Amino acid sequence: MASYYVTLSYWDLALASVLVLIDAGLSLIFGLKIHRNLLIAAIRMSVQLTLIGLVLTALFSLVSPLWTGLAVLAMILFAGQEVMQRQDRRLSGWWSFGLGTGCMMMASVLVTAFALLTAIRPSPWYDPRYAIPLLGMILGNCMTGIALGLNTLTTSLMLRRSSVEAQLMLGATRWDAAAPVTRDALRSALMPTINSMSATGLVSLPGMMTGQILSGVPPVEAVKYQILVMFLIAGGTGFGAVAAVLGGVYRLTDARHRLRLDRLTAAQPI
Amino acid sequence: MACYSWGVVAGDLNTIVVQTGESVNRQTACPEVPKEPEPPFQTDAPLLQVRALRTNILKPASFALAAGECIAVRGPSGAGKTLLLRAIADLDPNQGLVSLEGRDRSKIPGPEWRRLVGYVPAEPGWWAETVGEHFGNWTAAAAALGKLGFPEEAKSWPIARLSTGERLRLALVRALIVGPKALLLDEPTAALDLASVEAVESLIADRIWAGLAVLWVTHDAGQARRIARRQLVVEAGSVREEVGQWPVTTSP
Repeated sequence: MASYYVTLSYWDLALASVLVLIDAGLSLIFGLKIHRNLLIAAIRMSVQLTLIGLVLTALFSLVSPLWTGLAVLAMILFAGQEVMQRQDRRLSGWWSFGLGTGCMMMASVLVTAFALLTAIRPSPWYDPRYAIPLLGMILGNCMTGIALGLNTLTTSLMLRRSSVEAQLMLGATRWDAAAPVTRDALRSALMPTINSMSATGLVSLPGMMTGQILSGVPPVEAVKYQILVMFLIAGGTGFGAVAAVLGGVYRLTDARHRLRLDRLTAAQPI
Repeated sequence: MACYSWGVVAGDLNTIVVQTGESVNRQTACPEVPKEPEPPFQTDAPLLQVRALRTNILKPASFALAAGECIAVRGPSGAGKTLLLRAIADLDPNQGLVSLEGRDRSKIPGPEWRRLVGYVPAEPGWWAETVGEHFGNWTAAAAALGKLGFPEEAKSWPIARLSTGERLRLALVRALIVGPKALLLDEPTAALDLASVEAVESLIADRIWAGLAVLWVTHDAGQARRIARRQLVVEAGSVREEVGQWPVTTSP
């Protein structure tokens, strides 16, 4: 089967953007007062994606380990910022940014490298055309998992403080006393991954697979890629969430096996 | 004749007396204690020694507690009584020296320390759904639970349906079966009816007789007299020993 895809002209995009303008018009008619935000978001999206298109073009033509590495680092730092912003209560000090970011870096780089070195094997192995999209997909899901896991951990430790301390009082170690809360946090971190795996193909067609099909890849081949990516996401989210949640328990207790909720900042106004 | 007041007056660091195992007789601080049979494990060597224990709220506190001794802790609400017990149990960050049988607390891992020095808070926590799941060894607990009026089938009772008084008594037994040498009780009879108060007091008295050391927070002056010969008063974060007018009446 010949591989082909339909290129879009800027006129095609301009025509589609009329839909956003219609949305803005609806906002004016119904007095929703969101037309301004809507238009700004649409413009931001267009500008950001255009820039990333240029960056990716440059990266793909360079195939430099240094520039690829820097791009990967930038993505991870943005994801770390996002994890921090999604916390109702943050860890104090550097931990609030460092824990989520460190765990995401560890998990997503490990899993991406695993896929590049075993399944996909591009030449060179760090070819950004493979490394960056793969890492992006794994990182995005890992980010959601870690943000949920850490948020559940801190919230349940606050709410169930007396039950955790009751076990400490009877001589439990910090890990034993925090085990029920740890389990809840890990479960909520992995739930979105499990749900998306069960719904995929029936309710939703994943973006990557759809994209490959649109660009002319035979559906069965695109599906194989998607299954691989789903496994990578499950692995990355699992590693990252376990590391982040255990790191959170470590930070919110101390070597004397005390519960240290004083190492959390006050609830963030949302 | 036992003099129970050799312990260092709390907060007064200049008067720290090095305990060498010999009784330091301070007649001025020794109240008139009626003569009665000595409990078998009563010794003058301190079991639990607290020196300059402080947190960011609690001012330096020093006192000693012997095996088989009970000290009542009194003071207005919010004065720091709970913080004092939590600091001794090492549940909050704190500074100072605490030792048990001469062993420095910093040399003992946290979990082991809390098995040796049990703490029952005023509002005990629960981590499972039924009563039985909170007791590692139900058979060991059965005797004490029976004394406090719990039947055998209490094991399957859901925690959510227990009254405050039932929770307090269950938490007390839960802490006792761990086998602590010292026990820190935060108003263990606050929500109990008279019969239950008596049952709890007699259960603890039995343990004290057998050598348990107890620090007992109570708001009830009558109870303080019944259970203890010495009294600590906590006011605005500072801990001092009440001497002289204490005790007013004889022990039971």
